[in-house]
Amino acid sequence: MTQAQIVETGSSQRGAGFRRIKRWLPYLGVVPFFVLVAVFFLWPTYLVVTQAFVADDGSFTLEYVKTVATEEVNLNAFRNSIQVSAVTAILGGVFGGLLAWAVANGRNHGVFRRATLAASGVFAQFGGVMLAFAFLATFGFNGLVTLFFADHFGDTILSNPTWLYGIWGLCVVYTFFQIPLMLIVFLPAVEGLRGEWREANDSLGGSTWRYWRHVGGPILLPSFLGAILLLFANAFSAYATAAALISQGSPIVPLQIRGALGSEVALGGAAFGKALALGMVLVVGVVMFGYVLLQRRVSRWEQ
Amino acid sequence: MKKLTGVARIWRVVILLIVGFYLLLPLFSMAEFSTRAGADGGRTLDSWAAIPTAPDLLASILVSVQLALLAVLGILVLLVPTMIWVHLRLPLMRRPLEVICMLPIAIPAIVLVVGIAPIYRWLSQFFGSSPLSLAFVYTILTFPYAYRAIDTSLRSVDVNTLAEAARTLGASWPKTIMGIIIPNIRNGILGACVISIALVLGEFTIASLLNYETMQVVINLLGKREGQISVAVSLAALIFAFVLLIAIPTSGKKQEVAQDGA
Repeated sequence: MTQAQIVETGSSQRGAGFRRIKRWLPYLGVVPFFVLVAVFFLWPTYLVVTQAFVADDGSFTLEYVKTVATEEVNLNAFRNSIQVSAVTAILGGVFGGLLAWAVANGRNHGVFRRATLAASGVFAQFGGVMLAFAFLATFGFNGLVTLFFADHFGDTILSNPTWLYGIWGLCVVYTFFQIPLMLIVFLPAVEGLRGEWREANDSLGGSTWRYWRHVGGPILLPSFLGAILLLFANAFSAYATAAALISQGSPIVPLQIRGALGSEVALGGAAFGKALALGMVLVVGVVMFGYVLLQRRVSRWEQ
Repeated sequence: MKKLTGVARIWRVVILLIVGFYLLLPLFSMAEFSTRAGADGGRTLDSWAAIPTAPDLLASILVSVQLALLAVLGILVLLVPTMIWVHLRLPLMRRPLEVICMLPIAIPAIVLVVGIAPIYRWLSQFFGSSPLSLAFVYTILTFPYAYRAIDTSLRSVDVNTLAEAARTLGASWPKTIMGIIIPNIRNGILGACVISIALVLGEFTIASLLNYETMQVVINLLGKREGQISVAVSLAALIFAFVLLIAIPTSGKKQEVAQDGA
């Protein structure tokens, strides 16, 4: 203990109080940040979770939650959303994972790698509405592929674009941004595989299959599963692409919420929207919980 | 990484071709669709030339650009100092800060907009119906990505030692942060800003459901009336975002690996 500290410890009651204030003073630095987050993020989230149980007259009710959990149209929306998310998470995971391997085995600082990563960022995090138009230009009523098939093959599935506006259309379009997201999320894991491991396997007489079965595969598995869960949550939360593609009808939950917000003037419309949103929070919450658990395993490997 | 064997090299090419075809076909279709000149199969750039005359489009682009700059400002004056401060002085707050910054990934925008609508109704008393008030929530939406970029930078340099050295030599806290720490994590901050700009320019959900006319909202409306122009604008926006993102300095991971090998 230094001289100054001894003197301070021995000082009056007022000095102790001052030190306590001084110890808490640094926390003032983070106040503005937490105020912004509290007002524009935590408070609205709290509203969604609680207001789903509040009737128009302010009393507690389970009516809206019950409507969401029992009515066939709502259940169907959740089923569709989960189906689209699961299908595109797996497709995106597999193809995105393979793409990550292909990119990781290219040149380190090559133009190709840079361009692929930039394009992935655009598709995964920027595209939304524009991706819907891209697919309308491809598979829509006057789309390139539609016209091509109609001209050359007559009446096939691809010459009649109504599929694009349904669940399977959403799957095809969503996969378009899931693959790039997988690349972004999974590439660091693939690049974390050490060349030495492969060399050790080879020099001990192991085959390529053995390497992936006993070394590469098990190491990548937690990252891979984690990325799949992230992709699931991403597709489940996506709104822009579906909204731009499907202007009538609400096959998936985010579009159901759009409908509920649009009819907010109707009695209970707002609370109904919040009950749907609460359902989404629950699904995404479970998925993200699994993601965090897997992430713990991953960070153990990275050390 | 080790040189690939012959079979693996063929697999690599096959994968790149298949995935590449799927990812590039819609982009090619956009270019094709937006340059059609009627049923006879001719080509024209009329839709591209008509972009500046599309109703509300330029105004909405201006709004979106302003929002993007405000979000960048939010990151620079709020997130960056908070992160550095927590890193240096409040180690106990590190975990809570990370969780808070990552939360916007776990709460979908479509859920957030349901809860935030009443708050924006209240806010409109102060800001009128200016779409720029979206900057508050947009700044928060960028946190997960901005946090990751800045955090990687903060970890890759030993900021605590740097700060200690600066403090011992008599620098004040503001001087330490502005003059020593920030220049050392410049790349991370730059990456955070670029990804945030792309994110804000691409945001549709919240703007659309709160009835603000941002670029994405107007492009979407345009699609209902002027199919070709909207496809042309979309392709232009995608290319613009691509140019923006390719300018980001390559992420730290690869560089570290390269240095280890050297």
